[in-house]
Amino acid sequence: MLQRKLVTALAAAFSFGVAATALADINVGVTVSATGPAASLGIPEKNTFDLLPTTIGGEKVNWIVLDDGSDTTKAVQNAKKLIGENKVDVLLGSTITPASLAMIDTAVEGETPMISMAASARIVDPANPKTRWIFKTPQSDALMADAIAVSMKAAGVTTMGYIGFADAYGDGWLAEMKRSAQLAGIKVIAEEKYNRNDTSVTGQVLKLIAAKPDAVLIGAAGTPGATPQKELVARGYKGKIFQTHGVANPDFLRVVGKDGNGTLLPAGPMLVYEQLPDSNPVKKVAAGYITQYEKKFGTRSTFGGHAYDAYLLLNSAIPEALKKAKPGTKEFRAALRDALEKANVVATHGVYVMTPHDHNGLDNRARMMVRIDDGKWVLVK
Amino acid sequence: MDLPIVALLAQDGITNGAVYALLALALVLVFAVTRVIWVPSGEFVAYGTLTLAGLQLGKASGIAGMLAAMAVVAGLMEIAKAVRQREMRGLARSLALWAGVPLAIAAVIHFVAPLQPPFLVQILLTLTAVTALGPLFYRIAYQPIAEASVLVLLIVSVALHFTLLGLGLWFFGAEGSRTPPFTSASFEWGAVTVSGQSLLVVLTSLALIFALALFFNRTLYGRALRATAVNRVGARLAGISPTFAGTLTFTLGALVCAFCGVLIGPITTVYYDSGFLISLKGFVGAIIGGLSSYPVAAAGALLVGLLESFSSFWASAFKEVIVFTLIIPVLLWRSLTTHHHEEEE
Repeated sequence: MLQRKLVTALAAAFSFGVAATALADINVGVTVSATGPAASLGIPEKNTFDLLPTTIGGEKVNWIVLDDGSDTTKAVQNAKKLIGENKVDVLLGSTITPASLAMIDTAVEGETPMISMAASARIVDPANPKTRWIFKTPQSDALMADAIAVSMKAAGVTTMGYIGFADAYGDGWLAEMKRSAQLAGIKVIAEEKYNRNDTSVTGQVLKLIAAKPDAVLIGAAGTPGATPQKELVARGYKGKIFQTHGVANPDFLRVVGKDGNGTLLPAGPMLVYEQLPDSNPVKKVAAGYITQYEKKFGTRSTFGGHAYDAYLLLNSAIPEALKKAKPGTKEFRAALRDALEKANVVATHGVYVMTPHDHNGLDNRARMMVRIDDGKWVLVK
Repeated sequence: MDLPIVALLAQDGITNGAVYALLALALVLVFAVTRVIWVPSGEFVAYGTLTLAGLQLGKASGIAGMLAAMAVVAGLMEIAKAVRQREMRGLARSLALWAGVPLAIAAVIHFVAPLQPPFLVQILLTLTAVTALGPLFYRIAYQPIAEASVLVLLIVSVALHFTLLGLGLWFFGAEGSRTPPFTSASFEWGAVTVSGQSLLVVLTSLALIFALALFFNRTLYGRALRATAVNRVGARLAGISPTFAGTLTFTLGALVCAFCGVLIGPITTVYYDSGFLISLKGFVGAIIGGLSSYPVAAAGALLVGLLESFSSFWASAFKEVIVFTLIIPVLLWRSLTTHHHEEEE
């Protein structure tokens, strides 16, 4: 009996201790996909949270980082745990679109603002009332597809072919690209699909080449984007090849090698910050982040930038919210949401101008056309 | 669709088909001798490519650590067996074989990798390391349950497949790798261009198949394996150790898979999880051969390669559907033409 009492007392004291620290500090709950299929995106994001300062606006900040293994269910579990047990003031995550979409309900129920690091515009769709609580940092596919269409038009392209993943990423890009291409007066004359793990894409590539498009867009993320590119070059395709910003990582350059030369892709300005004019406000912010990142973790990744931009948004919103309420309270979370909605922040991927109708806030300044030249990213002026 | 396109697709199909054929042979071999449906064979292929790609960058990429860890486990199992049977005489020899040899291979790879040895040495190191994994897995996972039913062995195979998949992500990372081509030569043949790389893959596969045929028909060990495949009990009565036959089979199987890995490295980007789909296609070939006939399995694998290549041209979104649907008519045909007989256990 005595023993049980002791245990209860200890447990009470312990939980009181936890609750006390939670009330005093700002708690930021993070869930990223550091393992699983999206690991190459999630790892640089996770690394970025190691670099962040532990105070914002004079208050101590606890970064609680969890891994969801690119798994939707696990991401929701993480979100529930962070809101329920850690009493976080704001939720960051996840890395990929399906996981982020699934977390929306949890964030709304907990009345906790959430900043996603995934691409799809649906995450912050203003038509959905739930997205009042949701923000996101990466550029939407639509913004990037427009950039490709503009670049294609400038190069005199009138017909294009598409080869992309046979999954949500590939289909999403195809839909966006068709819309953008139509606006630019470009016809999509061939559509092919392939799988990340295919040993050969010869059939698809031969069919693409047979349709004779002026340009080909490859809708893939990471190193698998190199497979059709190498095949197109090997089969002597002479038109322009475009990639999406999903391939903007050093592993892609390593695998594609010299076959990548001349390829164009849209990317956030941080990828080529050295080549930006000094007048571009993004340059200084990106330089600060990338120098710090590359010193500790090696080559930059634009995905880490999405995590850093989420921090920059918090860095501007938290001092505003602190004026209205104490961290750890419902009022603070609501004040933080209001402050995020008014944020106007220069970040590594562009300038965020949030409004009640636009919870992404990025515009044309958030995309640059980049060319691959001998294993380097070169800004197209 | 004109002649050059048909020729290119056929070339692509035959190249992939040759790799699937090698895998189909390994699967038939392993199943015939040990009754194991060797699901993780694909992981051995992926390990082959990724180890070679790692060596190219001067890294031993975890394979050395994995060999060492498995050598320790196998060694402990040998000691446990000796203690249980109170039979210490053969212990030194089996320890040297099960723990000593793999540890030595691991040490060589660990110390040679940073020196960036020539390409041929890298290939040899890769083949040795991945081949050594075969018998080690047999010793650790299959040998203790060698007499279990086919279903139990299959379940163990599936478990091993997931284990190797996880270890692959850990050792080699999420991103894929390619190895440099063996040759950049290509031959013009009228309107048709044949790449030296595909020719090399097909020729190497043929040579390997020929070598295996020689081994099974002309050598004592090969005949012992065939005897075990035909009748396990009979072979045992004739003095062929089933443990030895199993070990030899897995060594050969792993060697063939490692060869596949080295061959496909320059043609495609390989990921830690690429192996399963490749082995599944080899498996379709093996099924066409009824998991018993080598020539029919090889022909079936070639058919899979060609079907895959042509369907990726006609309907790329349904490529896998078409390839794997092939197995239904094949199974129908097999169940109608062959007499079903219960397995003798």
